[in-house]
Amino acid sequence: MKGSGLNNFRFKAGVVISALMVLLSVIGMIGTPYDPNAMDASAKFAGVSAAHLMGCDNFGRDIFSRILSGCGTTLVVAFFTVLIGVLGGTLIGAVTGYYGGTVDELLMRLNDTVLAFPSILLALVMISLFGSGKIKLIAALGIVFMPSFARIVRAEFIKCRNMDYVSSAKLMGVPDHRIMFVHILPNATRVMLSSVAIGFNNAVLAEAGMSFLGIGVQPPDASLGRMLSEAQAFLFVKPSYALFTGLMIVLMILGFSLMNEGLERADA
Amino acid sequence: MLDVVDLNIEFHDHLLPETVVFDFDLHMDEGEIVGLVGESGSGKTMSALSIAGLLSRKHMKKRGKIEFMGTDILNCPRKELRRLQGNDISMVFQEPMTSLDPLKTIGYQVEESLMIHTELTAPERMEKVLSALRDVELSEPEKLIRCYPHELSGGMRQRVMIAAALICEPKLLICDEPTTALDVTIQAQIIELLKKVNREHHTAILFISHDLSLVRQLCERVLVMYQGNIVESGPCEEVFFRPKHSYTKQLIAAIPRFEKLK
Amino acid sequence: MEYVLKKTVSMIETVLAVSFLVFLAFAVIPGDPAVAKLGTSATAEKVAALREQMGLNKPLLVRYFSWIKSFFFGDMGTSYSYGVSVRSMLAGKLPITLTLTFFSFVLIILFSIPLGIYTAKHEDSRASGAADVTNQIVMAVPAFFIGILITYAFGLVLHLFTPGGYVGYRESLSGFLYYMLFPALAIALPKAAMNTKLLKSSVLKEAKNDYVRTAYSRGNSTNEVLYRHVLKNALMPVITFLGMTLSDIVAGSLIIEQVFSIPGIGRMLITSIANRDYPVVQAIIAAVAVIVIVVNFLVDLLYRLIDPRTGGSLS
Repeated sequence: MKGSGLNNFRFKAGVVISALMVLLSVIGMIGTPYDPNAMDASAKFAGVSAAHLMGCDNFGRDIFSRILSGCGTTLVVAFFTVLIGVLGGTLIGAVTGYYGGTVDELLMRLNDTVLAFPSILLALVMISLFGSGKIKLIAALGIVFMPSFARIVRAEFIKCRNMDYVSSAKLMGVPDHRIMFVHILPNATRVMLSSVAIGFNNAVLAEAGMSFLGIGVQPPDASLGRMLSEAQAFLFVKPSYALFTGLMIVLMILGFSLMNEGLERADA
Repeated sequence: MLDVVDLNIEFHDHLLPETVVFDFDLHMDEGEIVGLVGESGSGKTMSALSIAGLLSRKHMKKRGKIEFMGTDILNCPRKELRRLQGNDISMVFQEPMTSLDPLKTIGYQVEESLMIHTELTAPERMEKVLSALRDVELSEPEKLIRCYPHELSGGMRQRVMIAAALICEPKLLICDEPTTALDVTIQAQIIELLKKVNREHHTAILFISHDLSLVRQLCERVLVMYQGNIVESGPCEEVFFRPKHSYTKQLIAAIPRFEKLK
Repeated sequence: MEYVLKKTVSMIETVLAVSFLVFLAFAVIPGDPAVAKLGTSATAEKVAALREQMGLNKPLLVRYFSWIKSFFFGDMGTSYSYGVSVRSMLAGKLPITLTLTFFSFVLIILFSIPLGIYTAKHEDSRASGAADVTNQIVMAVPAFFIGILITYAFGLVLHLFTPGGYVGYRESLSGFLYYMLFPALAIALPKAAMNTKLLKSSVLKEAKNDYVRTAYSRGNSTNEVLYRHVLKNALMPVITFLGMTLSDIVAGSLIIEQVFSIPGIGRMLITSIANRDYPVVQAIIAAVAVIVIVVNFLVDLLYRLIDPRTGGSLS
């Protein structure tokens, strides 16, 4: 496999699936065939047709439009969750890993504790404190995701902080923040890439799970998780509703996990 | 006892098949010590592994004949081969650090061949294990059998490997660079140990090394391999003092001077 | 023994730290618990009296220690919404969630260990390739979606169980255990897929080690090499993974209870969050945290018992 790099099937399949999901999400954000929340009593439980690609739900809302819009919501939540997690985690990991000492000791203790905890449960605590909704959900999940990134960055910084190139940079009077973010941080990119992919999937799962429980994204924002919980009530009448919705979540996760898998194989 | 005739080993895991051993011939009698010398990549380990029946059959083609005490190693059923392995043919490997299972006790690993090849009861096996450990000059064998490999030094581990290899009193012991990973003083002790084993149990030893001076201390006969071919063979002293092949001359020239004067 | 002691101390520290964080989180939220209890129409005197009675006027740390002390002795406070003790509310629900967690854990092991060994042994076979693809996909399916699929397939189509027809363990133990099998399956499948993949790659990695060649040289057959040597070594990362998975299983069961209408801790948590019934939320979070920390501690000890390199015999 040497030299072939990312030219493997898994990575390509992952890219194709992810690109498709991003495309659908972007369409969902720009404009959907129908208003995802518009009800049409005459189209109640309408079957699959040219007008309604995936049929309609119990209120006569177009399922395809709702799914597009739900994908958009999920993607936005997952994206910003990972962004907050990576930025916060990198900062914490870099500072603690580079300087060490008591602060490092304390923060990492805290970190380990938080990591031992189910992330959904932590997010639940925050939601119960701050209330639900898209922005609050992003904030809660973002904070919950910081420790896992912090740990990875910290490990890389500990590995690098005593290396010769860091010592010589110090001797030359390069300021600490420059050593940290210009010299050491790039070494962590590859490991970060994997954890970003995993983190993205966990974020999708967490958003869908919490919205499924009714404490994540709130109406009028469409959400795949909440749609799935609505669909469950009509599972007997219209199983395709749950199937289409669930499939979107699966594809979103599958795309990233395949890409990550492909990356790992390219490394090996 | 052992007859290897025209052994050729080919790899098929790349686009073009690659031959790593050409027309390898070797005859060994019982109780004989033969040295196999060559640089890394010369094919000596490959030849040794195929004699021990350990060269995996995937991606690899072997031609020629290896006959050990009437058994055709290359073509016999796996079951028949397994009956020889650890019983009549044993092997000691280069890396004592990684060649032992990290999660099994020393006692188990020395005992394993007995469990596979004999009908002895547990106490009888234990007796043999203890005496085998004493034979390789390890102290406190009763304590040792409960230890794990990571608790032992490299030299001790290699002694354990030798004890495990000898437990069924094999006819042939193949040592693949058994001292390369060890300190020089430990090297000499292992060589003395192998001499003693050969003397006391009449075990034939195929000793593989890149170090000609070590081979000279131990072996009667030596084969020199270079790029998959045997380029020279004969009694140790003759090869050492009257090398014919230029590669052998280089090997001898590479030995530090004071050893040559010995 | 010294190691166990050290680890125990650090575990107690962690439990204290987590419980303090949980306590702190619920102490700093806006809103007065006394007002919440009495309702907004209560007079200021009444609120003040209740605050005094609830000990809300004492410093934070004092309140924390009195909370943790009573928690330790089984008094978890009183529910705002129902006015009954949290302990009595939890008592009936905890066995349900623990059963679900335990079932899931057992199913994960039952699926993944044989499948992991099989796929590693027949690495190049078609069946193994198919199992890999299936694994990759199952890993990407959230447990609650699998739950819905199971409800549809096993419940509505095959009529193996009645969706939503939860049977209490006091009514019929066998009915309860049978019903729990389906949600447990939903939680277990994605995790089992991950674990299968991990075990497969771990076995294949171990099989490249030198000690494997040594084992063959003693006359072991492929199966003997696998079961006597490779498997134990290959299981080490799996143990770590299973330990980490446990908290995911607990979290997964919270959601799955919703899918299968199981009146366990998870449903109680969701209801309490919706009702802002903080004593209940606080108690559940703290209880789950303690369970997760203790189990991680036990996994750590188990790991050390099995792997002699990490110190052996717990010393």
